[in-house]
Amino acid sequence: MKTPDAIVVGAGIVGAACARALARDDRRVLVLDAAPGTAGGATAAGMGHIIITDDSEAQFELCHRSQQLWDELAPEFPVGVQRDECGCVWVAVDDEDLEAAQQKRDYYAARGIRAEVLDQRQLREAEPALAHELVGGLRVPGDTVVYPPAAAEWLLAETERRDGQIRRNAEVVAVASGAVTLADGSALSAPIIVNAAGDRALHLLPDPRLHDLVRPRKGHLAITERGRPLIRHQVAELGYFRSAHGANQSSVAFNVQPRTTGQTLIGSSRQFGATHRAVDHGILARMLERAMELLPGLADLRVIRTWTGFRAATADKLPYIGPVPGHEGLFVATGHEGLGITTSLGTGGIIAAQVRGETPFIDAAPYRLDRPVAEWSVA
Amino acid sequence: MLELRTDVTVVGAGPAGVAAAVEASESGARVVLVDDNPKSGGQIWRQGTGQPPAGAQPWLRRLASSTVEHLSGTAVVDVEGARSLFLRRPDGLARVHTGATVLATGSRERFLPFPGWTLPGVMGAGGAQALAKSGWPVRGTRIVVAGSGPLLLAVAHYLKGAGAQVTALVEQAPLGSLIGMAPRLMRHPRKLKQAMSLAAGIRGVRRLYSSWVEAAQGEDAVSSVTVRTPGGRHQIECELVACGFGLVPETRLARLCNAALAEENVQVDSLQRTDVEGLFAAGEITGVGGVDVALAEGRIAGLAAAGDVDAARALSRVRDREQRFAAALEAAFELSPELGALATDATVVCRCEDVTLGELRAYEDARDAKLKTRCGMGACQARMCGPAMRFIGGWKQDSIRPPLFPIETAALAEISAAQTSEAMQ
Repeated sequence: MKTPDAIVVGAGIVGAACARALARDDRRVLVLDAAPGTAGGATAAGMGHIIITDDSEAQFELCHRSQQLWDELAPEFPVGVQRDECGCVWVAVDDEDLEAAQQKRDYYAARGIRAEVLDQRQLREAEPALAHELVGGLRVPGDTVVYPPAAAEWLLAETERRDGQIRRNAEVVAVASGAVTLADGSALSAPIIVNAAGDRALHLLPDPRLHDLVRPRKGHLAITERGRPLIRHQVAELGYFRSAHGANQSSVAFNVQPRTTGQTLIGSSRQFGATHRAVDHGILARMLERAMELLPGLADLRVIRTWTGFRAATADKLPYIGPVPGHEGLFVATGHEGLGITTSLGTGGIIAAQVRGETPFIDAAPYRLDRPVAEWSVA
Repeated sequence: MLELRTDVTVVGAGPAGVAAAVEASESGARVVLVDDNPKSGGQIWRQGTGQPPAGAQPWLRRLASSTVEHLSGTAVVDVEGARSLFLRRPDGLARVHTGATVLATGSRERFLPFPGWTLPGVMGAGGAQALAKSGWPVRGTRIVVAGSGPLLLAVAHYLKGAGAQVTALVEQAPLGSLIGMAPRLMRHPRKLKQAMSLAAGIRGVRRLYSSWVEAAQGEDAVSSVTVRTPGGRHQIECELVACGFGLVPETRLARLCNAALAEENVQVDSLQRTDVEGLFAAGEITGVGGVDVALAEGRIAGLAAAGDVDAARALSRVRDREQRFAAALEAAFELSPELGALATDATVVCRCEDVTLGELRAYEDARDAKLKTRCGMGACQARMCGPAMRFIGGWKQDSIRPPLFPIETAALAEISAAQTSEAMQ
């Protein structure tokens, strides 16, 4: 291809969303990925939920706007994207959870999102297979699920259709204003560079003080064989928020999805400090035990596969999206942790607006790379 | 969970595994033999309704009179290093702590897809033989046996003996390569006798060389195949196609143990040791070679695993001789690259997930294709499409993670939890 207008580093869901957004602005985009395939990192390992969360107003805004973008695209997806409008049920194990559910319902209602609190009986009607001790829950009907690798592939195909190009086996070792350096020592240039290399992204920047702003946070998943699903909604425990946003070195939380294939996807776990890809048996055991506790019927379903992945986590649970100060035309999009699939489309929209020199559709200040550095709650 | 302790654990009760277990046991080791079939013998000595073959009987007798604890109907689900194996038995889970492990997991048939291969009536050659052995009626059935390798002879012979009408034996290797084996065969009188007996048994069967089934046709089931020969294409009517393109080592467990592979084979030294401490490998997983190599390797692995290194070394000459023959045989039956071009874009490659070759052409990497198309994600876990795509597309093996086969969530949790508590002790 002729000199591209923009280079996107990383063909995961965030890179793919940025690439598509730039291509829609008639930019010729070159996407580079280190692997022999695309979307093979955190994107391939994730659950694919398109959900609303509200750890902060900024997180909520990005989820909310992104979910709208996913809904708008839905009619265009091929079957392989496995979009499922199953909604989400957050289950409460105790009255404290139930109180949290009510607060969430009010918070969402005030911002135009449908959600309903379920009492114990209503929860049992909605999801009869759940443990009967659960005291209730919160149903968010607008939450959806996709199969992330296929969604990323579709975004990349859209990029290619608009004159873009994807290069595999192209590992980027450094990014700078106007150019990237590949592992073989060669350089590629473009006026716009978007660094979406996941948990490695900030290590590609020259300033070592930035490197520790994003850390890999390991997760485990297991999936069953095809069969009749036990549940209709994606179901997670309200305590998931404590796990997702808590300070523990390692934690597990109930988070289970029915897939359109008839399989059941079982999550979730979070670990800091683990760098090896292998399954950590202790974590897997705890994760499965928690899942069986809240969804007893899982015990007899057969698990066909387990795997691990690494989320790009930040200390303040917000991604880094926007220009790299002092480097003309260099942008970063990383640190999406467990919400990368949900917030990818919003991220692409923000980056594209910033590249155009326009103000994005939501206030992007909370995602700036030069925001005050938060303290990591774990070592 | 049932806890077992032993000196040597052998996985797989085919010729290599039985020989390893018998030798290890006879040299004084406590031995556990794990196999997922109800009876020992593996595919090649499969004990169906009839008697096991003559060559198997002394080994099965020695096994029966040994102190080997034979766990049949048992499969390895996961490992924690090479000296701790998690088993699923008909009556629950078990863990075996072992001083050494001998892997003798054998091989499975390679199938290369061609248009029409998913029609009912088209099946693996070994699969067809196994079905017939288990009593499935083939009398009067017109069968085309096709593909490559010495196994085809044995399959054709067996099916014919069971009353089937073997209408053609279609071998992709050139007749010249096979004739080139003759001088070598002369130096192995027993094999020569066996080959001649097989050949005599299928006298009258039409034999085609440098030929292969290009497509199968039929409405609800296969009714004919198109065979490509050097002299042109033939249409052959049949009700069954027994097709196999040689064997692929079954290395999933070896890879889970982190043993190093060379190409598709587990790498071993002269004592059948892998690069993993305490882990041995014997038989087809170290390189497909047939029953005689398997027996020789199994004996050495069993003795070495039991610590009888001198006795193991004494057998190396026999093994090396068998290995040379096996290598020559493999070269003679080398697959023609043209076989990788039989499937068209519309041909299904992954039957579990219904993925066609056309959908796979965009990918150069097995994992990438799996993620995007679900090829290899299904019930068979890429056992069929994996080797096929390695041949057709030059793909590499994907990584392996527990469980080795689908298992109940509760059992997987129990196995995983056991590994934690052990690690914390």
